[in-house]
This record gives sequence, structure tokens and C-alpha cells, in this order.
Amino acid sequence: MPSTAQYLMLSATLFAIGLVGVVARRNMIVVLMSIELMLNAVNINLVAFSHRLADLQGQVFTVFVITVAAGEAAVGLAIIIQLYRLRSTVNVDEVRSLHG
Amino acid sequence: MPSALLLVVLLPALGALINGVRAFWWPLTPKSKTLTNLFAIGSTGLSALIATWIVIQSAGHPWQHSYYEWIPSGLGHVGNAIANFNVDFALRVDSLSSTMLMVVTWIGFLIHFYATGYMSHEKGYTRFFTYLNLFMFMMLLLVLGANYIVMFVGWEGVGLCSYLLIGFYYDKNFAADAGKKAFITNRIGDFGFILGIFLIFNTFGTSDYATVFSMASAGGHAAYGAIATAICLLLFVGACGKSAQVPLYVWLPDAMAGPTPVSALIHAATMVTAGVYMVVRSNVLFRLAPDAMLVVAIVGAVTAIFAATIGLAQNDIKKVLAYSTVSQLGYMFLGAGVGAFTAAIFHVMTHAFFKACLFLGAGSVIHGCGGEQDMRKMGGLRKYMPRTHWTMLVATIAIAGIPPLAGFFSKDEILANAFPHHKPIWIIGVITAGMTAFYMFRLYFMTFHGTYRGAQVEGIETSEPEHGGHHLIPDRRHLDEGDEHTDKAHGHHVHAHEPHESPWNMTIVLVILALLAVVGGWIGIPAALGGAHPSWFQQWLAPVLLPIGGEHFEFHEAAQSTEWTLMIISVAVAAFGILLAWRFYKRDPLWSTPKRLATTFAPIHRLLENKYFVDELYNATFIAGTIMLARVMWWFDTWVVDGVVNGVRHVTVFLFGHGSNMFDKYVVDGAVNGVASGAKGGSMMFRRVQSGLVQNYALIMGGGIVLIALVYLFMKP
Repeated sequence: MPSTAQYLMLSATLFAIGLVGVVARRNMIVVLMSIELMLNAVNINLVAFSHRLADLQGQVFTVFVITVAAGEAAVGLAIIIQLYRLRSTVNVDEVRSLHG
Repeated sequence: MPSALLLVVLLPALGALINGVRAFWWPLTPKSKTLTNLFAIGSTGLSALIATWIVIQSAGHPWQHSYYEWIPSGLGHVGNAIANFNVDFALRVDSLSSTMLMVVTWIGFLIHFYATGYMSHEKGYTRFFTYLNLFMFMMLLLVLGANYIVMFVGWEGVGLCSYLLIGFYYDKNFAADAGKKAFITNRIGDFGFILGIFLIFNTFGTSDYATVFSMASAGGHAAYGAIATAICLLLFVGACGKSAQVPLYVWLPDAMAGPTPVSALIHAATMVTAGVYMVVRSNVLFRLAPDAMLVVAIVGAVTAIFAATIGLAQNDIKKVLAYSTVSQLGYMFLGAGVGAFTAAIFHVMTHAFFKACLFLGAGSVIHGCGGEQDMRKMGGLRKYMPRTHWTMLVATIAIAGIPPLAGFFSKDEILANAFPHHKPIWIIGVITAGMTAFYMFRLYFMTFHGTYRGAQVEGIETSEPEHGGHHLIPDRRHLDEGDEHTDKAHGHHVHAHEPHESPWNMTIVLVILALLAVVGGWIGIPAALGGAHPSWFQQWLAPVLLPIGGEHFEFHEAAQSTEWTLMIISVAVAAFGILLAWRFYKRDPLWSTPKRLATTFAPIHRLLENKYFVDELYNATFIAGTIMLARVMWWFDTWVVDGVVNGVRHVTVFLFGHGSNMFDKYVVDGAVNGVASGAKGGSMMFRRVQSGLVQNYALIMGGGIVLIALVYLFMKP
């Protein structure tokens, strides 16, 4: 049985990978996937503490987060598809109409 | 009694108020005319009755009543002292004001009555009686006032009414001009009068007659001798204006432009004698100032003879009477100037009787001849208007100074007073008396004797072309306003076939006045003719003549023989004048002698006929000078005053117009624009942050979180 610290390390690693993906990747779908990764890192965190503290509230939260993540992915993908139809691209750098 | 006295004064005012309101709102119908008569004659008649009752009750005892404090102005400096300048609305009844009161109310009432006949065809009937009643009110204030200020109110008021009534035919230029002339000339006199009142107040600290005169009487020559001369000369300037003395007499002949009853009441019987009344009222002051008295006597004498000579050559019936009035007023001042104050008032009274009668008679003649005023177009009227003829004859004899009619006694008293001390003035008086007799009988013969010349109007006018300054002033408007002249029976036609006698309400007044002209003088029969010494009238007025410094007023007294001589001389001179008039204008119906004289002495005749060209002289000097001054002032106003104003405008426009424009443009707008461009510059700087790159935002956010976390971790307290 791994310790809580190991879970946290795994979670931090995943979060860091996700963050880098969000900041550095150009493909919107990959950015979306990276966000999912970060959410799941948070889920691991929640579940780890839930286990450690023997409190089910953390797991309840996790279920909520998974649900919200599903909605987020659906909305995000829909936006990306619409964007692709308009601009024929999914590159984040090319979509900057709101620049000052 | 005080309230009754107030009623005497206020009744005519009430009549004027009612008729004044009615003149505005009610049209003139026979019925409203009756109402007008009721208010006008009722108020004056009632006022006269009450006045008579008061005079009888007072029986010569002076009393005065203060109705309210009119001008309370507190303490002030009076010369070197401090006095309380309070003016009460106070009325005074003494022998002098009683005499004037009787003359004013009764003559006024009679002339009101006469005017109902005379004015019956005129437009503005109610307006006329409004003015006439207002005049009565003001004249009563003048006469009854117990101090100089109340007198001054009346004095100005009668001036106003005189102006209104001279200009009664206000749509005629000559009448409006004559009114203005009277008003402005009177202003010059009033200027002196009010300065005199100021000086009186400055000297005595009050304007109340009783106080002023008792102080002057107690102080005598020693205390007030010098200042009294100044006061009296200033007061006399006022008297000169109001009473038409040289050099301010010019307005009175022109004042004949008013309706004839006005000429009789205001410009012969009452208002013009206000100056004499004022001088006699101030007799205590005048007696302190012998120099001023001498001036009064000289001006009076000069006026008397000056106006009499003009009267010799006038052809307008009213003009003759006007110059006669000026001349008689000169006589009164002559009397007052030589110290015959009672004689002056006596002459005021008798003159009121016979001159009112003459004027009203002249009005009757004018009325009967359809508005004609030129005596050359009259003649033979005694056949047509017997009552007018007889009454005017009586009045003419009275003014000529034939005993025992009124004019003789008053004139003789004046001359008798002038004789001992002022021989040249006496000589002038006697010559004037002769001239008066001549021109009055000239008027009488030209008007009432011979044959009626109204038919040959054109012939006269072509044979005697009119001279430059000579023009007749038509008094009555003829038939040009048809609706007013429906009464053909009175013959107000230009082409009247025959003169006719005036209605009864005019002639009855003439008869009453003629009776007064006969008996009016009997109250002042001198000692030489079997009267008392002093005469009854002198005794009556004696309380007004206060002693000066303990020295009682001495009535003039001369030896019986001197008195008789003087009387015989004056009667002889008058008789000679009458004889001359008879010889010139009656015995010779063609008037060949006066015509020959007029051609022989053409320059003199022209001089007289044109009234010594005094009007022309005044036009050329004072009036032209005033107009010149007005032009200079106009120039000054246009170029200097307006220049300054415009200059200020230019400066203002430049400084505040352009200046504030600049400030607005560069300072206010500059600040606003500066803030705007500052904001713009700042935003240009910060817009770079909004790159539109989502990942940049995420990176900054992440960095931010890390930063906060680091701060949280390492800077924990």
C-alpha cells in the first residue's frame, strides 16, 4: 500500500505535466487533454486525503469533479469544433482576435 | 370749526374727484351734464357757504389748527442752532386769509355758475369742471395754509391747474404752447420762491407763519435786517412768476388761450393775485427789508405802466383785458412796495370783482358774436346784448377809478400811500391810471358802440394787414365738431347773422359782479371822504401787520387837503383818459384820429402792437440760448458720454470677451484634453498586455499562483 506522500508526488507530477501541456502546447485538443490531466491530478489528491483522513467527503468531491470535467470536455470540444469550422485551425496562437 | 374748515378745502377736491372719474367713464349727455353741474357747483357753493359761516364765527380772531404732522424730519442744523424741522398740515384763518377766502370761494362759485352757460357747447365739459374744482382746492390750500410749505403745495397746484386749463383745447397748438409757456415761466419764479422758503427755514427754524412772524417781529431790524432782504427778494421772484410781473409777465397774455371763465377766475381774479397775497402775508419780513420793498415797488410800477402801454394798442378783447390785468397786478405790487399792504389786498379784492366782471362780460360778448375776439369786428353790441353792456360799463367805470365805484377807493389808497415817499412811482401810477381809463373805454366804445362790423370781416382784414407778432388767439372752437353744437339757437356759427344776448345763467353772474364792483369799495372809504381812520378795511387787516421791534405799523395819514388834491388829480386823469377814448372811438365812428396817430408814429405803434417785441427778444435770447445749450449738451452726450460708454464697452469686450475666450480655449479645454490624452497614452501602453494569446494568460496566472505560494511559504510570520 503506497503512502500518502507517494500519492501526492504522483499527483504533483501529473499536475505539473498538465500545466506544462496547457502553457506550452499549440494544439487546442492537447491543451484540453492537459486540463483533464490536471483535473485528475487534483482528483488523486482528493482521494488520497479522503483515504488518509477516513472521510468520504473527498471522494464525493472527486465524483463531482469528474462530472464537471466531463461537461467541461464536452463544451470545450464543441467550441473547438465550431472554431475549426470558422477558422480551419486548432492552433491556439492563431486564435487571438481579442488582442489589444 | 377746524373740521368745517377742512371741509371747505376738501369739498372742491371731492367734486374734482367725482367729476374726474365721471369724465373718464360716462359719455356726455344732457343728464350727465346736470350731474356734473351738481357736483361742481354744489361742492364750490357748499364750500363757500361753510367758509362764510367760519369767517363770521371767527370774527377776525386769528386761529389755526394743525390736522396732522405732515413732514416730521427730526433734528437738524439750522444756521448755527439745532432745530426740529416739522411741517404740520395746518390751516389758518385770520383777517387776511378770510378776505382771500371770501374772494376765492364766492368769485369761484359765481364763475363756476357762469361756466355752465359758457361751456355748454364745449367738448370736455366734465373735464373742464374737474380742473376748475381742482383749482379751487389748490387755491384754498394756498390761501388757508398756515405755513409756507402748505402754501407752496397750493402754489404749485394752482400752477398745474392753470397749465391744464390754458391748454384746455389741447388739440390746438397755440393753446398747448401757451400752457407750456405759463408752466415754464412759473417754474422760474417758483425756483426763487422755494429758495426763499429754505432761507426762511434756515433763519427761523420753522416755516410756520405765526412763529416766523413773531420771531421777526420781536427780533426787528437788528436781528434779521440783512437776511430779510435776501428772503424777501427770493420770495418776490416767486411772486413775479405767479403774478405776472416784469420780466416774467409774458405768460399771462398768452394764457388767454384758455376758456374765458378760466381767464376770469385764474388769470384775473384769484391765482395771479397769489403773489400779492404772499407778499402781504410776509409783510413783517418785507418791512424788515426796505431795499426789497423798494424793488417790489419799482417792479410793480414798471409792470403797471409797461403793460398799460401795450394795452393801448391791442385789438383782441381778451388781450386788452390780459394786459390790463398785468398792469393792475403791477399796481398791487406798487402798493405793497410802498407799504400799503392793506391797499394792495383791497385792490386784489376790488380788482377781483370788476376784472372778473369784465372777463365774463368779454366772454359773453365772444359767446354772442360766435367766437369772435377781434374788437374791430364787433361794435354796436349794446343794442344786441343790453345786460352785458350795462354790467361791463359798470365794471369799466370801476376799473377806470371813478368814484364811488370800487376801483377808485383801492387805487386811490395805493396812490395816496405812494405820494409822500416815492414821488416818481406816484407819477407812474397816475399816468397808468389815465392809460387804464383810456384803453378800457376804448374797449368799451369799440365793442358796444358804433355799428356792428361783424359782417364786413374781410374788408377789415384786407385793409389792415396783420403785423408780424400780432395774431388773434381764437378762444372757442367753432362748428367743426358738429354733434356738440346742435343748439343752433345760440348761434355758434362762423357766419352768425346777429349777435345775441347770453343765457340767464351767464348774465346773472355779470349782474352780481357788477353790483360788487359798485359797492365793493365802500368798506374802505378813506378818512378824507368821511370814513374812519384807519378805514374799516384797514382796521380789519390790522392784526396781520405785526409790530416790528415794538414799533407799531402806522397807517398812512396825510392832511385832508393833500388827500383831496390827490383824489382830484387821479379822477381828473381818469376822466381825461375816458374823454380821449370817447373823442377817438365814439364821436368819430371812423376812428380817424387813432389811425392817423398810428401812421404818424408808426414805429411806436408797431412797438406797442407787438408788445415791445418782448416775446421775440425772449425767443432770441433765453429760448434760443436754452436750445443752444441743449444742442451743446446733445453734442457732449453723443461724443463724450457715449464715447466713454463705448470705450468702456470696447475695453470690456476685449478683456472679458477675448480674454475669457482665450482662458476657456487654452486653460479649461487644455486641462480637459490633457486628461483625455494622458488616459489615451496610458492605455496605449497597457494594451500590449492584452496579447490575445490564451497561453500567455495561463502562464501569467500560473506564475502568479507560484509567486503567491512562495510568498505564503517563505514569508510566513
